Amino acid sequence: MAIKPNTAFLASYRIYVALFFVFLAAPLVAAGMFAFNDSQFPSLPWQGFTLDWFFNDSEPKLGMFHDRRLLRGLYYSFVIASCVSLLSVFVGTCNAFLFVRCRFPAKDFFYIMMVLPLVIPGVILGISILLLASNIANGAEEALSLDLDFLRPGIVLVVLGQFSFITTITSLVIIARLKKFDASMEEAAYNLGASRVRVLRTITLPFLFPAMAAAGIVAFLVSFENFNTTLFLVGSEAPLTITMYDRMVKVGSTPVLNAVSFFLMIGSALLALVSILVQRDKPQT
Amino acid sequence: MKQRDIKRLSLILLFAPFALWIVLLIVLPHLGMFYISLREKVAPRTYEFGLENYINFFAEPIYWNTLIRTGSMSLLVTVLALLLGFPIAYYIAKIAGQRSRGALFLMCLIPLWVSDLIRAFGWILLLRETGIISSSLQWAGLVNTPIEFLYNDATVIMGLVYTVILFMIVPLVSTLDGMDDSMIEAGYNLGGNGPTVLRRIIIPYAMPGIVSGCIVVFMLTAGSYLTPILLGGKNSSWFTEQIYDQFITRYNWESGAAFGFLLLAFTSLVVWGGLKLSGQTLNSTVARS
Repeated sequence: MAIKPNTAFLASYRIYVALFFVFLAAPLVAAGMFAFNDSQFPSLPWQGFTLDWFFNDSEPKLGMFHDRRLLRGLYYSFVIASCVSLLSVFVGTCNAFLFVRCRFPAKDFFYIMMVLPLVIPGVILGISILLLASNIANGAEEALSLDLDFLRPGIVLVVLGQFSFITTITSLVIIARLKKFDASMEEAAYNLGASRVRVLRTITLPFLFPAMAAAGIVAFLVSFENFNTTLFLVGSEAPLTITMYDRMVKVGSTPVLNAVSFFLMIGSALLALVSILVQRDKPQT
Repeated sequence: MKQRDIKRLSLILLFAPFALWIVLLIVLPHLGMFYISLREKVAPRTYEFGLENYINFFAEPIYWNTLIRTGSMSLLVTVLALLLGFPIAYYIAKIAGQRSRGALFLMCLIPLWVSDLIRAFGWILLLRETGIISSSLQWAGLVNTPIEFLYNDATVIMGLVYTVILFMIVPLVSTLDGMDDSMIEAGYNLGGNGPTVLRRIIIPYAMPGIVSGCIVVFMLTAGSYLTPILLGGKNSSWFTEQIYDQFITRYNWESGAAFGFLLLAFTSLVVWGGLKLSGQTLNSTVARS
C-alpha cells in the first residue's frame, strides 16, 4: 500500500468508492429490472415477475422477440456493426504496421491525424460526411446524370461514418500490441530461411491476433451503441439505437424498451468478457 | 536495391488505407463543411460566397448563448468528472489489493459497453415524476407529492458526468499504475503530509493522464446529444441540438455547417488553451500509447 492513512480516513474513502459504484450501477439496474415487471408501464409498484416483454406475441404486451421493427433494427445494427468491425480491424492492422514498423517523413504529424477522429464530436463527423456525400451525389446527378444511391443517407454512409472514428480505436489497440512484439522472433525465422509472407502468416499475425480480435469486438460494440454519428446518416434502414430512440420519443417509455436494454446489456457484457479473455496472455510454455 | 524496393512498396501499400481513411472521411468532409458554411442561398439553387451564416450566428444571441452555455457546462462537467474520478482511479491503482484491482477496473468499464440511450433511459426511470426515487420517497413518507427530478440543469450535469466519467478514470488508472510507490513513500519520508504529497508528487506525475482524460471528456460532453435532450427536455439548449435543428428540421444545411464548424473551432480552442495552460502537448497525452 502506498499511503498509510489513518483508519477513519480509509473507511470513508472505501464508502465513497462503494457509493460511486452504486451510482454507476443504478440506471443500469433501473433499465434492466422493469423488463420483468408485469405492468404496462416501467415504474413502481412492482406487479410481479413476467417474461412477457421478451416472448409474448400479442398486443398490448408485445414482446421484443415478436416486435418486427425492433427485430429489424437489431438486424441492421448487426450488419452495420459487422461491416464496421471487419473494415476497421483491417485498416487498424495496416496502421499498426505503418506506425510501428515504417519510417517516413512527418510521422508525428500523421500519428496525430490518426488520433484526431477520436476527439472530433460525433455529431460533427456525421454532418460533415453527410454534406460531402450528398454534394458528390448531387454533382454526379447533375453533371453525369448518374444516380449514386449509396451516397444518400443509408447503411453505407452509416458504416463509413462509424468507421471514420472507430478505426482510431482499433489502431490504438493493435499498435499497443505490435509494440510489444519481440523483433528477434522474426529475425530468427528469416535466418532459418522463411519468406516475408510466411513470417507474417506464421509468426507476426498469430502474435497480433488477440489484439485484432479484441479490437474487432470493441469496434462491434461501439458501433452497436453509437447514436450521435448515426443519427445524421441514417436512411430507411434504422439500426436499433435509432429505432429505440424513435419509440421512446413517439410512444413514450414502455417495458419492451427495458427488455431490449436488458438484452443488449447482457450481450455487451458477454462480448466484453470475450474480448478480455482473448487478450489475456497465455502462460508461456 | 531490391530490398529497398520492397520496403518502399510495403510503405506505399500500408500508407494507402490510412491515407484513404483520413483524407476521404476526415479531411475532405471537414473542408467541405467549411466550404459549404461560407455559401449563402440567394435564390433557389443559386449561391454566393460570404460570411452570412456566421454573421447570423453572432447576430442572434440565442445561438451564441447556447454555444457559450454548452461550453461552460462542459467545462463544469469536466472538472466534476476529474474531482469525482481521481479518488476512484487512485483507489483502483494504488490502494485496492492486487485481486480486487482488476475486478474494480472492469466494473468501471461496464457502463462503457452500454449505449448512451440505455443509460439515459435508466436515469429517466429513476428520476421522473413517477420514477423509482420519487415513489420511494413517497412510500417512505418523506414527501407527500411526486417530485420531478428531470428537466433541470443539475440533472443534465449529473447525467453527463455519469456518461463521461469512465473516460476520465481509465487514463488516470493507467498513468497512476505506472507510478512507482516508492516515489510516494519518499515524499512521506521527507516529511510531507498527505495533501503535500498529493500536490507535489502524485498530481504532477499524473498530469498527462489528467490532461488526456479532460480533453476526451470535454470533447465528448460538448458533442453529446442524447443525454442533454433526454434528461434536460426541450429546454436543455445544447448546441448539438441547434445543429440538428438547422439540419433536419429547417433543412438549412449551409447554416448547419457553419454551426458545426463553430462547435469544432470552439472546442478545439478550449482544448488548445488547456494544453497550453498545463504545458502538455497532444502527443504527450491523448496520442500517448
